[in-house]
This record gives sequence, structure tokens and C-alpha cells, in this order.
Amino acid sequence: MNDTAKRSLSFAVVGSGGAGVMTAGHMLLDAAARAGLYGLMSRSSGPQIRGGEAAALVRLAPGPVESHGDRFDVLLAVDWQNAHRFAAEIPIDDATLVIGDPGEGAVPEAFASAGARIVPLPLKAIAKKIPGGRPNMVALGALGALAGLEADALARAIEATLQKGGDALTASRTAMMAGMAAVAEAGLALPKLTATRANGRWAISGNEAAGLGAVRGGIRFVAAYPITPATEILEWLSSALPRVGGTLVQAEDELASINMAIGASYGGVPSLTATSGPGLSLMTEAMGLAVAAEIPLVVVDVMRGGPSTGIPTKSEQADLNIALYGLHGDAPHVVVAPNSVADCLLTTQWAVHLAETLQVPTLVLPDQSMGQSRVVLDRPADIRFATRRLVAEAAPANYKRYALTEGGVSPMAIPGTRGAVYTADGLEHSERGTPSSQAADHLAQLDKRANKLEQADYSRYWAEIEGEGDVAVVTWGSCTAPVREALARARAGGVAAKLVSLRLLAPAQPERLAEALAGVKRVLVVEQTHSGQFYRYLRSAYELPAETRVFHRPGPLPMRPGEIHRKIVKELAA
Amino acid sequence: MNIATAPKPFSANDYKSDYKPVWCPGCGDYSVLLAFTKAMAALQRPPEEIAVVSGIGCSSRIPAYTNCYGFHGVHGRALAVGTGLKVARPDLTVIVAGGDGDGFSIGGNHFLHACRRNIDLTYVVMDNRVYGMTKGQPSPTTEPDWDSALAPGGTGLRPFHPLVIALASGANFVARGFSGDPNGAADLIVQAIKHPGFSFVEILSPCVTFRPDQREWGKMVHPASVAPTDDPARAARRIMTDDGFNIGVLYAGNRAPFKPQQAAPADVAAIEAEFAL
Repeated sequence: MNDTAKRSLSFAVVGSGGAGVMTAGHMLLDAAARAGLYGLMSRSSGPQIRGGEAAALVRLAPGPVESHGDRFDVLLAVDWQNAHRFAAEIPIDDATLVIGDPGEGAVPEAFASAGARIVPLPLKAIAKKIPGGRPNMVALGALGALAGLEADALARAIEATLQKGGDALTASRTAMMAGMAAVAEAGLALPKLTATRANGRWAISGNEAAGLGAVRGGIRFVAAYPITPATEILEWLSSALPRVGGTLVQAEDELASINMAIGASYGGVPSLTATSGPGLSLMTEAMGLAVAAEIPLVVVDVMRGGPSTGIPTKSEQADLNIALYGLHGDAPHVVVAPNSVADCLLTTQWAVHLAETLQVPTLVLPDQSMGQSRVVLDRPADIRFATRRLVAEAAPANYKRYALTEGGVSPMAIPGTRGAVYTADGLEHSERGTPSSQAADHLAQLDKRANKLEQADYSRYWAEIEGEGDVAVVTWGSCTAPVREALARARAGGVAAKLVSLRLLAPAQPERLAEALAGVKRVLVVEQTHSGQFYRYLRSAYELPAETRVFHRPGPLPMRPGEIHRKIVKELAA
Repeated sequence: MNIATAPKPFSANDYKSDYKPVWCPGCGDYSVLLAFTKAMAALQRPPEEIAVVSGIGCSSRIPAYTNCYGFHGVHGRALAVGTGLKVARPDLTVIVAGGDGDGFSIGGNHFLHACRRNIDLTYVVMDNRVYGMTKGQPSPTTEPDWDSALAPGGTGLRPFHPLVIALASGANFVARGFSGDPNGAADLIVQAIKHPGFSFVEILSPCVTFRPDQREWGKMVHPASVAPTDDPARAARRIMTDDGFNIGVLYAGNRAPFKPQQAAPADVAAIEAEFAL
């Protein structure tokens, strides 16, 4: 497994809004990628639109990085305004370098108490000497030097971001060089990370990856209503879709966006909408319509802290219950979840495949920590699913839209098809589509809709299963990467455990999980909810070993490998 | 064209399905269905190239009674479904249909934005000023003093004025019809479908079961006294000051219909290349 923990460097850059910490973090990641490193950058900010506190969290390593570690090697503050609010998100210790501008005041107690080495660096004063120079670019130079990057990589990252040349570029480059020099002068250095030759690597956020997965899967209509933290999916698709012959419409609300997507899909065009918790609540009625009328549809719910408005800018896995159980009536549908930032691509693409082939609404559940984080990765494989919606040919004899077929999926007539007109209906119906309140029709159609999902082949993508052992951790979504890291640590300490991360959450696959857990005596379930939603779901739908424990806690703090490791040692070690 | 191979023209009956409507005897919606099929026959579009989309309510049962593609969705969202369908399939003729509760109460927000978005589709509302399917509750267009079990003595609320709202929100065509005159209503629907952009037709369609007083509507309706205008201000003044029973095209604007964003075509690989470092 991976040894990211041993060979990674974690940087936190904080400052007030407008200080440019996100830009600096973004450029650091970009420069590291150009230098042959992998990395992850997450953004954390207060609720303010402009002017609030902000933190860029960057972790760099020689191999792929999918989550943050337990601690930060460097905390650099462009200023300390409200930076104490990030104390819980930026764990530091006595081995951390805390770099602050002495002109911006003392290090807040929340950080100073960690006993870290405090290094004053007059970012502002250095920047002031450079016409047009800005402290965040001095910070970039300092961080780049600590990460062991060459000036050239940093300069190229600046060019790529600023895009415009001229004075601004020169000023940024000079400020960056000054930052590097200041670090050298102070004699600061960190262990050097081994870079590998970068060939065709990508930098992509989870939300962009979900958008790309949608396009790869064949989505050509999107209805959009903005909501944090899902908006970037819609914004990315807004410019990508027209280029592949698709369309995006901005809806007046989420009720409209999902119904627009349903209308477009009824018209034969693979369709998607993306939202977050509050929007998903509004969409559940129409998801039930798509179940009943058997309309293929993809809904991406980028989870944030809930309930209600909750914590829009931060992550949690607590929409699992509404995703599984939120529809009224017996309404079988598909729920899938990516297990990393990069996996947002594959999982969304797979969701399109499942929705189209099974004629069912499919929910995709990434979360804020994936959607709004950016990773450096090797170019994702070109995976192609044999996606084909079963459609009715022209003038079929005695056409029945909801015919009872062996696999449960029946040919769908696309408007324009001669001799196959029917009315798609949310009312219970007969095979022909005629509204019916008869017991026999209800049972037959309930069976049909359940059977098609039960009989479907979910292939190897249903879960990621790694490692061997007679104990296992079962998890999903963004907990997967920290669990993987914790398991690597546990293995080094002599505890061999399996990792089972479910990508397919519904319909439940009890037989497959039982097979994956064959010989496993103890299980630890890991999830980021307050009430243990995933654990309760597993308990209700799966057979688990008698000794099954759970480690669950709410967001918004990301799951750390260390806390999971401690649970593994406590609950799984013999 | 050789007469022997010339396609037979479609008759109104070709657009009618063999389903028996659930409507009460005497319901105005039967005549609206007749107006629909007559309008379709006048347009001569093959039935499979027309989609009728609705929400929930008595009048929303209309799609299955036509021989066109139909969509009977959830309450209030018909315009959203119709919007997605029309944008995805601009080749189809899309007619959205429903009642006053579906369109102006639960679906009110979509009505505003459909007018504003001005997509080339036609919205026909069968207005009977009552929730009929749930057996007689006041709707947004119900008179303030209409007595019912849910609002004894009346709601005391000012009725919603669909035509003015449509106009103010940007609908490109506004007309009022009466189910008692299916030929006239059919003609309005034809004009509405032919008019570019979002066209709105309110058809007064009596509910004889819960609003027997509406049997009098036949005596109250009259043709609009002046030709339609393309000036929204003049149209608004007329509509706001009329008696609510003048029938005809009241506004025919010339706003350009919605156009989705266009871009130079690219293959997915070219789009993906933008993520490469």
C-alpha cells in the first residue's frame, strides 16, 4: 500500500480574503506537478464571499495523494486575521515550521501553543521593495523553496495562472524569487521529496472530474441551479457541453432543474443535474417520478454539512440517508459514490451508464472535500462502458412502454418514433402506460422496477477491495483515502487488514460483500456522519461479522489517517 | 406528387387516443381536448412529432387522451419538463397543458420563468378557478368570496391575473379562449404554436361539478374588440381593464426566442487535454 505519510510534505497557507492565499496554494501545487511531484490542494474558507479568512491546504508527495495527513509541516500566514478559526483544521506540532510576517502581529495562541518553531518572515516588507510585488508571491517563493522546487517550476506555474505577461508577471516572478532567497537566508529546509518524470499528468478538481465523467458518459443536457459546493460542476459543463453538441439551461430552482433534466431525458438525450443537500431535498419528489416513469437521469449531490443550510463550504457524508431513503413509496434507484477526487470521473461516468442502461435515476454522492479539492494525477484511463439505452424501433406491434421483460428493462420510445406514442406517467400504470390503480398492475410494475436493479450486473466497480487479512475496514467516499493510509500504517505495525470501499451504495450487494469479507472475523466501519448512517444501513441490508464496530463522527473536519489508525489498532488488532 | 402516394392528411380524430377521459360529464376540458386535436389537424404535424406535457390535476390528464407523445409528471412542474424537452429536442412541437392550481399556485415560479425564458413552446391553461381533482378548493384564480370547506366564506384574496403576469414576465404571445367555442380555441392554439417563443393561452374551461355557476360563462364571453398589439404596455392596460371574458389574441410580441449557447465543436479528447499540465 502507500507510504504517503512517511514521504509527504503538508503546507497550509492562511490569510484574509484577497490576500491571495488560494492563488499561492494553487501555484504551489501546479509548480510541484511540473517538477514531477503529485499533490492535493483543498480550500477552506469562511462563509464570506469576499474578505473572509481563507486557507489553502497543500500536500505534496512522490506518489498520488488522495487526502490530507495528520499534521502540517509548514503553516505560513500572509496575515493572521481570523486565522485562529482554522486551528482545528490545521493541526500542527513541535516539528512544524510556523512562518508569519512579524508586521502582521504575533502568532495566535491557538497555533503558538503547539510549541512549533516560529520563523518571522517580513513578507510585506519584502514585497514592498518590488514594484507591483505582492506578499502572497513572496509566500509562494518561500513555500516552493521549502518544498524543494526549482525557481523555474514556480515561474512556469505563475505564468500558467496569470496568463497575461508584462509587469504583473515580472513583479510576481521577482517577488517569488525574493521569497526563495529569504528562506535560503534563514537556513530553512525540509526533507527533499523525490520527484519522478511527469508524463501527461493532469491537475483536476473533483467537480471538474465529475463534469468530465458526465461528458465521457454521454450526458448532453444539463439543467443547473447554483449551490455550494456543486456549482463548479455546472460551470464547467456550461462551457464544455456546447462543444460536444450538448446544452445547459439555468433553471429557476432545483424543482425546475431536475424536471428539466427529466424532460430532456424523456426526449432521448442523456441528462444530468448537480446539487447539494438542500437542493437534493427539493429534488426527491421528481426523482420518484423518474423511478415510476423509468426515465434515465443522473443527479450529483456534492454533500456538505447538514441538516438545513448547515455548513455549505465544508464536508460531511450525512446525505446518505436521504439518498437511500428519501423517496416516497417503494422507489428503487441507484446510489453510487466516488472514493477519491480522481474517482469522481469514473464514478460519474459509470452513473451515466447505469442510469441509461437501467432507465433509472442514479444519484452520485461525492462531497465538498472531493469536489472542491484539486489533485495531480496520471492521465485517467480511457474507460468506455457499453452504454446503450434500450429504445423502441419505429412502429412496433402492440407497443407497451412498460412491458414486463425478463431483465425488467423495456424498450423506451423516444418522441419522434412513429407508431409508438405513449404517455410517461408518475401514476401507477399498466404495461401499456395506462394509469391503473389495480393491485395486479401495481405489483407487476413494482416487481419490474425492483427486478431490473436486482438483476443488473454492477461489475467490479461495485467496490474497491484491497489487501488481505482476517480483519477489515468497510467504508465509502472520502473516508477511503485516509482509511487506506491508516491501514498502511497498521500493516507496518503488524496489523493486516482488508479495505472494502463501496462505490455502489444502492441497491445493496449483500452477497458480494459477504464474499469480500469471507474469512474476516472483525470489521470496523468508518464514516463521516454524526449518527452512523452508513453503519446502520450496512446493519440493515448486509450480513456482517458479529464483531463489527463503527468509527463515525460528523464533519466538517476531514477524517485523519491517525484517528482511524488508532481505531484500527483498538478495534481490529488481535 | 403522385396522388396515389400522397400521404393522407391527418384528421382531428387521428390525434385522439382511445382512452376514455376521467372527466365529469359536462366538463369544459372535453372541448379543450377537441380544440387540441382540431389544432393539430390544422397544423398537419404527424402525431409522433408532437409532445403534450402536463402536471397534476383534472386538466393535466389530457396528454394520454391525445395520440401524441405524452408526459404526465408531478404537480406544478410541467413547464420545467416541457422546457427540458424542447431544449433537448427543438425538432418537436411541445405543448404544455394544465390547470390554474398546477400552473399558478404550485407551479407559479416556473410560469414566471418560462415566460421570461421565452422558449418556443406553447402553454395552455384550462382555467376553472377551482381545484377539481381534490374536490373543490379555491385556486389562485378563484373569486375572493367563493365559499368552500377549506375557506369558509371565501379566501378574501385578490385573484391572480395570469395574462398580466404572463405579459409582465415576458411571454411572447398571450391569448384567452373559451372551451365552449372549441373551433375558436383551436384557432388560438394554432396561432400560439406558430408564434415564435413562449406562447400562453388561457382557456376558460368550466368545472360544472364544483363551480356550477360557471355554466353562465357561455353568456359572458365575447370576442376581443380590438386586434392584438405587439406593444406590451398597451396590451397590459387592455388586459388589466377588461372584464376577463374577452376572447382572442391579446398580445403578439416579437421578442427573439431562447437560444442555447453555441460553441465551436470539439471532441472529448480536446476538452480533456485542457487538464493536462
